[in-house]
Amino acid sequence: MNERPSLSGAAPVSFTLNGIARTVVTAPGERLSEVVRRGLGLTGTKVGCNAGDCGACTVLMDGAQVCACMVAARQAEGRSMVSIEGLAELPLGRALQAAFHRHDAAQCGICTPGMLMAAADVLSRHASPDRQTVMDAMGGVLCRCTGYLKIVDAVLDVAQAGLQTKGSGARPGEAVGQRVLRLDGAPKLTGEALYGDDGAPADALWLKAIRSPHAHARFSLGDLAPFLTRHPGIVRVFTAGDVPGENAFGIYPDLKDQPVFGEGIVRHRGEAVLALAGTRAALEAVQIADLPITWEPLPGLHGVQAALAEGAPAIHAGKPDNVLTRGVVACGQPEAARANAAHIAEGTFETSFVEHAYIEPEAGYARRVGDRMEIHACTQAPMMDRDEVARVLGLAREHVRIVPTACGGGFGGKLDVSLQPMLAVAAWHLDRPVRCVYERIESMASTTKRHPARIRARASCDAAGRLVSYELDGDFNTGAYASWGPTVAGRVPVHAAGPYRVPHVRNRARAVYTNDTPAGAFRGFGVPQAAIAHEALLDDLAEQAGIDRLELRHRNALRAGDTTPTGQVLGASAGLVACLDALRPRWQALLSDAAAFNAWSHALRRGLGIGCMWYGIGNTGLSNPSTMRLTLARDGTLTFWNGAVDIGQGSTTVLTQIAADALGLPVSAFRLVVGDTDVTFDAGKTSASRQTFVSGKAAQLAGEALRTRILRLTNAGPGARLDLDGARLIVADGGEQTVVDLAQLPAAGDGIVLEGVGTFDPPTTPLDAKGQGIPYATYGFAAQIASVDVDLGLGTVKVRRIVAAHDVGRAINPALVEGQIHGGIAQGLGLALMEEFIPGRTENLHDYLIPTFGDMPEIEVHLIEDREPLGPYGAKGIGEPALIPTAPAILGAIRHATGVTIRKVPALPHRVHAALAAAGKAVEF
Amino acid sequence: MGLYLRPTALADALAALADPKLAHSPARIDRLTVLAGGTDFYPAQAARAAWLEATPRNVIDISGITELKGIREDASGLTFGALTTWSDIADAALPHAFDGLKLAAREVGGQQVQNRGTIAGNLCNASPAADGVPPLLTLDAVVNIASARGRRSVPLAAFITGNRQTVLAADELVTSIHVPAPAPGARATFLKLGARAYLVISIVAVAAVVTVGADGCIARAAIAVGACSAVPQRLAHLERDLAGLASADAVEVVAARHMAALAPIDDVRGSAAYRRQAALVVTRRALMQCLAVAAEAAA
Ligand SMILES: Cc1cc2nc3c(=O)[nH]c(=O)nc-3n(C[C@H](O)[C@H](O)[C@H](O)COP(=O)(O)OP(=O)(O)OC[C@H]3O[C@@H](n4cnc5c(N)ncnc54)[C@H](O)[C@@H]3O)c2cc1C
Ligand code: FES
Ligand code: FES
Repeated sequence: MNERPSLSGAAPVSFTLNGIARTVVTAPGERLSEVVRRGLGLTGTKVGCNAGDCGACTVLMDGAQVCACMVAARQAEGRSMVSIEGLAELPLGRALQAAFHRHDAAQCGICTPGMLMAAADVLSRHASPDRQTVMDAMGGVLCRCTGYLKIVDAVLDVAQAGLQTKGSGARPGEAVGQRVLRLDGAPKLTGEALYGDDGAPADALWLKAIRSPHAHARFSLGDLAPFLTRHPGIVRVFTAGDVPGENAFGIYPDLKDQPVFGEGIVRHRGEAVLALAGTRAALEAVQIADLPITWEPLPGLHGVQAALAEGAPAIHAGKPDNVLTRGVVACGQPEAARANAAHIAEGTFETSFVEHAYIEPEAGYARRVGDRMEIHACTQAPMMDRDEVARVLGLAREHVRIVPTACGGGFGGKLDVSLQPMLAVAAWHLDRPVRCVYERIESMASTTKRHPARIRARASCDAAGRLVSYELDGDFNTGAYASWGPTVAGRVPVHAAGPYRVPHVRNRARAVYTNDTPAGAFRGFGVPQAAIAHEALLDDLAEQAGIDRLELRHRNALRAGDTTPTGQVLGASAGLVACLDALRPRWQALLSDAAAFNAWSHALRRGLGIGCMWYGIGNTGLSNPSTMRLTLARDGTLTFWNGAVDIGQGSTTVLTQIAADALGLPVSAFRLVVGDTDVTFDAGKTSASRQTFVSGKAAQLAGEALRTRILRLTNAGPGARLDLDGARLIVADGGEQTVVDLAQLPAAGDGIVLEGVGTFDPPTTPLDAKGQGIPYATYGFAAQIASVDVDLGLGTVKVRRIVAAHDVGRAINPALVEGQIHGGIAQGLGLALMEEFIPGRTENLHDYLIPTFGDMPEIEVHLIEDREPLGPYGAKGIGEPALIPTAPAILGAIRHATGVTIRKVPALPHRVHAALAAAGKAVEF
Repeated sequence: MGLYLRPTALADALAALADPKLAHSPARIDRLTVLAGGTDFYPAQAARAAWLEATPRNVIDISGITELKGIREDASGLTFGALTTWSDIADAALPHAFDGLKLAAREVGGQQVQNRGTIAGNLCNASPAADGVPPLLTLDAVVNIASARGRRSVPLAAFITGNRQTVLAADELVTSIHVPAPAPGARATFLKLGARAYLVISIVAVAAVVTVGADGCIARAAIAVGACSAVPQRLAHLERDLAGLASADAVEVVAARHMAALAPIDDVRGSAAYRRQAALVVTRRALMQCLAVAAEAAA
């Protein structure tokens, strides 16, 4: 019989969830994911796309994995389901959670609930699955952080109990260098970690932005009163006129060019023109046609060539040629030197928009507390968010508090504010909490991307293969608003000649406004694009000079004592030579392997490529300090006040390891307070691979400062051993032992009796007009080799193996460093082979492809530890360096396999095939 | 959304679909949208909702109708209930002629999608890249349709009429898909070309069913190509050219002219020219694979 619909259409559904019988009233067609998260408050099940594309919402239904976002709640009638909150009750549930923790298989953790549920499904069907079986069964869940390998290892570990890795509970003073298990790892494995959309107050209203479907248009708003009458659940409409302060935000103080709400004009598809606040149901019922918006579409400038063309209209007043900024680095006489060089290589290269594709879309809530504003949202840069929100509200920055939630991936995309200003405006006026979560499509259409680049470059070398000159002109499509465009234009010229000694350099980069989606920060700030060019040209020169590609790089590699193109003398910690030495045996073996394979293979050709990179840690020639604080309270609580947000890269764990060793107490003794702008000092943003180096050094200094105070208090020598036992602090120095009763020490109002604060700002100097100066205090170096098979019939590329050698100065936590490298390789592979964001066309995770389980190669990691004297215990950074060499290595391997150089990425099958066909290399089988 | 019907009997569903008051009442202008596994329905909703476009208001959820479930075998062949999921197909013991369909079943999205997505949903959604269509075309599948007005059966090749278009009337449901009993020696394969390993829409998909006689010659070859025209197509010319050939010579025969009937388009996944060429290459490879097993079966 038909169930009789009630007037509202709502109807009850009964099912069992995690062993508990539930009856819930659901709206017609309501998704199971909504009922579980919002109806039952079980927010462990994540939503990344609402379209089946990410698998974050995976739950078990009668034992089989399903995407809860594609199950109508009513279809769950009478069924039995398990979500992450019930996983521990399944036979292997706890073992899986423990294995994920041991293998560091959860970085940001947003994919983890779905991964664990899919893993539980595999293990319930297969007693001893192999790698392929695990991947086939879990292939429906995407992860953007880990590169998947550690996830497969964790599942196989449970299945076979054979892949045990050891985490260590390090002894006091010995945490650095250990595989300490992620300190914030446990809640990510149980579904308890609260991300942007997981913790809003129950009475919060919802906010929905209304966005332009046009890339460039004028618009006008009619009378909103009739609309509000027809939609009683909508409480208020917010437009530009409702912004109490400045209707503008942007990264640079002089480039606040992006409006919270457009004012009569929109400059890119996805730009917000207004926002609605109301009940969720009321917002869902609104159709675009209900709103009195009149659009007058205008011709748009798409791509840098259009924007730079003679007579192109200016997108922003004040930038008549649409050039946002220029960056340059020049030294020597490249033209004259090139004229005498033995070999010259040149080429034009093109890259596409790349989407960060963090699995957690932007989400959070705002609430007004008296005359202060509080924002709880996922972010990479709480202090910058605070300042942006303050300006938009016209408040002093002290009147804004940013409380970062757990962050389900960032990669640069959560450095800019997105929904924070809108939420703040709404909560300010309504004096009620207001929450928002972006739909996947909305997130992709409106937030920043990696800059597409058009690069022309030329390199020359002498007969012995020593580089003579490098010249680059790069145009970077910064989209409609400035965002991090100047950073890209500044960083590229410094790095563009590659990690090599080049006496004559002239590198110029421009960030160009267009009517495309704003491009901002994305792991590497333009350097990955530039690396594609320099590594392709080095391959050309190697071929011309008849020198092995690895040896040519070895010959030219920057070493300690060398001078860079900005005139900086590298004092220490330039480990590229060591990286190449580590790779050489693999390089030779894989070259033989490729030759042997190609001797009999026809349609498949195997090739090997190499990519090298260097990457300056921290901001370019700008101060970027971090301050860390440690306190001991009279009750013995040791607190680490750490303003660095952990977006999955692991700073919470790494910084605590450093602080622990500097202080001399075990990691387990620390209580952690992370990234609340009211209670932690500014650690700077989580970007530019700077948290380990900059905040790590600050943490070391804070630990040392507190230790010094303790030692002074007890007159103990520097080698004293500390122990904390409740409120008793025991200081053992040689045979002597002093016990400090913390409860007896004079305390500040908050009970704190001892404190250590550390600040570090890497020593740099600004670049002058020719790009000369000391832009970074230290650089990471790396080399990777890739072995690929290219299908000459179809143009498809399978990356088989990557061997990566990274000079990280010191691996504070080798497991986390490996995780960064795996994840960076996955993103580099995506950049090289499949990722292409096209506004209006690839705005979802169905059409925009990121690597899945099955796309990952085997990876072998070599950690080179060429200590950086300035860094904490010698450490530098790894976040961005991990990604940069991968695409060049893959492209070099395609060329080695086929003789064809791919000059536009991604190297999608049809592009590779066209290049093969043009070169007469394509086969028809 | 307004109405959400979840009938458990086919007759009730057909009655609801036929009810002019339900389907056409002025208060509820939207006609009833059928919901099965939801794996096309919900993504389409998300795409529309993101730009605040109208989404279906009235839904009839057929997933509770037992009559539409299960795979039945009899002398005439196999019948797949409309609600048969891709996982049901992958896990079922079926004759070798269904190996291509089984391979396709394992390539429709990820396992979560396979556990929910249905065979009829794939056909009714009528995407040019629907992976279920090429193997079912090579199996000469027939679509069984019911409405309150009666029943009818339409060959799959005639059922899908264009990109996201079928012959279904507003009051009709697909009840099952029938596949006539294949020749015992028939062997099948399915090859899919995509730009990544899992969760990928086909750039080209090719299904083949081949029977090789005791004489080592091709008795029957059926080959279909997906994602290269508005509706996946059988390559009739090629099939004719292959019939009677010695299986060892067959692959040589496949030529560009056999792809003439395809009408691929340029999109984000690939260019038209690439698709045409890839269709040729994938067809050759599929045929090669299929002939190898079919010849073994004949021997
Ligand atoms: C992440 C993801 C990946 C995917 N990958 C692939 C892929 O690789 N290859 C592929 O082919 N497909 C793919 N799909 C699409 C989809 O899974 C299949 O088309 C599936 O078979 C649809 O079945 P369903 O039951 O879920 O359909 P539903 O979404 O329930 O319905 C689909 C359409 O058919 C209609 N309909 C359903 N059943 C009937 C019936 N019995 N009678 C009349 N009308 C009916 C519905 O009204 C609707 O219009 C993918 C989907 C997702 C979410
Ligand atoms: S949220 Fe369900 S698959 Fe992405
Ligand atoms: S850990 Fe998988 S998406 Fe972040």
